[in-house]
Amino acid sequence: MAGYLARRSLLMLLTLFGISVIIFTLLRIVPGNVVDILFDAAGFVDPADKAKLEADLGLDKSIPMQYAAWIGGLAHGDLGYSYVSEKPALKEILPRIPITARLAGMALVFSILLGVPLGVISAVKQNTWLDYALRLVSLSGLSLPAFWLGLLILMAFVASTDTIPIYSAAPKSFWDALLMYSVPAAAVGFRSSALVMRLTRSSMLEVLRQDYIRTARSKGASENSINYRHALRNAMLPVVTVIGIEAAFLIGGLIVTETVFNIPGVARFLVEAIRWRDYPIVQNLVMFVAVIVVAVNFLVDMLYAVLDPRIRYGD
Amino acid sequence: MATSVKTSEYAAELSRAGADVGGRWSAALFLARRYPLGAIGAAIMLVFVFAAVFAEFLTVHDPLSTNSALSLAHPDAHYWMGADNFGRDVYSRIVYGARISLAVGIGSTALGCLFGVALGLLSGYLSGWVDLLIQRIIDILQALPLLVLALVMAAALGPSLQNVIIAIAIPLIPYVARVIRANTLALRELPFVEAARATGMSDMRIALRHVLPNTLAPLIVLATAQLGSAILVEASLSFLGLGIPEPYPSWGRMLSESAAEYVRTAPWLVIFPGIAISLLVFGTNLLGDALRDILDPRQRT
Repeated sequence: MAGYLARRSLLMLLTLFGISVIIFTLLRIVPGNVVDILFDAAGFVDPADKAKLEADLGLDKSIPMQYAAWIGGLAHGDLGYSYVSEKPALKEILPRIPITARLAGMALVFSILLGVPLGVISAVKQNTWLDYALRLVSLSGLSLPAFWLGLLILMAFVASTDTIPIYSAAPKSFWDALLMYSVPAAAVGFRSSALVMRLTRSSMLEVLRQDYIRTARSKGASENSINYRHALRNAMLPVVTVIGIEAAFLIGGLIVTETVFNIPGVARFLVEAIRWRDYPIVQNLVMFVAVIVVAVNFLVDMLYAVLDPRIRYGD
Repeated sequence: MATSVKTSEYAAELSRAGADVGGRWSAALFLARRYPLGAIGAAIMLVFVFAAVFAEFLTVHDPLSTNSALSLAHPDAHYWMGADNFGRDVYSRIVYGARISLAVGIGSTALGCLFGVALGLLSGYLSGWVDLLIQRIIDILQALPLLVLALVMAAALGPSLQNVIIAIAIPLIPYVARVIRANTLALRELPFVEAARATGMSDMRIALRHVLPNTLAPLIVLATAQLGSAILVEASLSFLGLGIPEPYPSWGRMLSESAAEYVRTAPWLVIFPGIAISLLVFGTNLLGDALRDILDPRQRT
């Protein structure tokens, strides 16, 4: 186990290092940096001013030098300065994380509360009209773009209450906050629930075919006991891995949904920073996303070994 | 193993159906009857392909010409889906938009599959340090969500149709490479590959002539699924303003132009492009599910 953990950690570090190099290089091979954008907007400006600004921002150094400066800073918790706001990148990023984390957490809960029971029902009632209907619902859930679902929810809001749900930094009460987050969280979570439902259904069908279920049935166990006491427990194991897949899935949904609902979280911030070529923000945010995805996948693998005693990570 | 028995039954029934009437059409008809949802998916996709190919003949108004008198015109007998804020015909833009969606979807899927298959075959067949290296590349590409990597790539490459196709193709590569690698690893140990090796065939030839054709079934299933996600990613990129540039009518950008401000005043600008995206992706998903059941019965969900 210790050997496995060491090897796995080394691979994770290698992956993160690879991402840092790729993202850093990608952002710098682009013709036109933030200085060009600023100066284009201002019209003609003295080239000497431009060179001075590039030197101030460290953009005149070679790419490997710039990379070393970034990684060196990261090691000290110094993420550099946002080109746009000129504030420390860490100060720009940190306050936005809880907003996105709340949204992501609620979307995850929503997708599991909706996806798991519907997936189980679909499997237990396999090949009935209910199963077909639920499968169609989940397939259409996967076909809707998350941002369009968000726009439809906005429309429904406007039609029924004639107001648009607006994000506020200081909601009046807990219930206001819950409502404020739950509408966009439902938009993100619906798509994920379709994914959860499909995987729960197939995992449940797999388990229901196994010998021990037949044994239970021949012993005279009731259908309910078979489905929920015998099958569901084992069917839940593969569903845990969905959380790993969902992490990546959710981030995509959060990016567009925060944009639709005008929520000032990290996901929308990433898009804004990309548009502005605000490198320090983009590279740190992309690394943040990569760390989360890699860490979640690692935790899911560990959780899987804990839940399923047959799985042992050897050396 | 109930599924494999069933599959051979289908195959037997399929060949009977084919033998009775003779010809491919009866086989297609048999499959359509056996998998009605897949047939519906294929039909939906054909409608969009038809719209993309014959867009000139299916529309009256130019998708790009603006007319301030028509700004935000309601849907009526002439402008079936209304007009946008520049007075452009929404129906024409949606029909022409099918070209963009399908071009980006098919282009990036094909490109992603090409590189994914090459990497998967190389790493599965050669193993050793090549395999290790390719696996690390796959790890790296997969550690970022599809949309995040596509966003950064699209921003780095700059806005153009061709660059959007590349930006979406690259994040698709690892998913294809992984499946092809797993398949190649399994095939490599089978007797027919060993036999080919015994006859002195080169590795390259074995990989291309014997291993590759046998990975075609999972590849087709995977490509159909990727097509749907590629179309969705294009829509998202364009919605976020980092996808297809003007003047191409892209469904995703139609929604970003209309977004929140028209939700109240011009709902047709929000509804129709969204239906177009969802319907096309729904079609690919239906077809993909049916293809998986037909070609790859072990992976049923």
